[in-house]
Amino acid sequence: MKRAALFIAALILAPLAASPIAAQDYAEVSLPDPEQESQALALMDSIRCVVCQGQPISGSNADLAGDMRRLVREHIAAGESPEQVRAFLVGKYGDWVSFKPVVRSETLPLWLVPLLALLGGGWLVANRIRVRKA
Amino acid sequence: MTRKLILWLPFGLLMGLFAAFWLGLERPSDHIIASRMVGQPLPEFAAEAAIPSLPGLATADFRDGKPRLLNVFASWCVPCVQEIPMLLRLQQAGVEIDGIAVHDNSADLSRFLTENGNPYDRIGLDQDGKAQIALGSAGVPETFVIDGQGKVIYQHIGVVTEADMADLRKMLASRR
Repeated sequence: MKRAALFIAALILAPLAASPIAAQDYAEVSLPDPEQESQALALMDSIRCVVCQGQPISGSNADLAGDMRRLVREHIAAGESPEQVRAFLVGKYGDWVSFKPVVRSETLPLWLVPLLALLGGGWLVANRIRVRKA
Repeated sequence: MTRKLILWLPFGLLMGLFAAFWLGLERPSDHIIASRMVGQPLPEFAAEAAIPSLPGLATADFRDGKPRLLNVFASWCVPCVQEIPMLLRLQQAGVEIDGIAVHDNSADLSRFLTENGNPYDRIGLDQDGKAQIALGSAGVPETFVIDGQGKVIYQHIGVVTEADMADLRKMLASRR
């Protein structure tokens, strides 16, 4: 009876004793610091999975996406800023891996088109108003 | 007349956008993600021996003056089987080929190499994808050409077929 009780106690206590020793796999496990974890999660939402390309790494089951989540958490836990980690991944896979568009000479049209459209629309409206007044 | 045309312009642009989005839905783009490491020194990595009979792999192994192939593969990767005969032919021609086995294990790898042949001089086990990400590799199989100074000079994405052999040989010969 005593032995059985000991056995049960060991069963209950074993995982408790083992968990701090076992290595955390940061592909699936949150960082202990909630501030860092929220930074990591925000970054994962804006990094594209290079296997299933429509998805961010936060929502992909691909092995490589898990590897990238682990990398993001490890780099952030090591004190890097999310933008440094993004730059690291962009340096490996190019701009395509980031969902956040960058301002550069090739991407300038992307930023200028909405502005031009607004100006064009304003010009059209202004013209229209002037016609009515006349 | 011109004014009328200008007034139609926003509608025309909208239709153009609509058509572009529609076409985008019809043909979802499947980008080939090329590594940005081509033209750069091989990034630092160290991968333990994947099977007991072959050594593991680290960046320093690539700076011995000999150009070689670095093949990213896995025993669970079906197309990887297809390129082994090509790699074996390159090996017979004296090309050194090192492998990075992604998300793999010793038993499966040993079976894979027994069944298909072993073109590799070294195989590093990349259980957490660190070496793969360091290389900027987005999948398996991929084959990199590394020159004797440890610089990545070429990346082939996908299975190495007969048609790719000439390019690989040319890149290997370019920095002897």
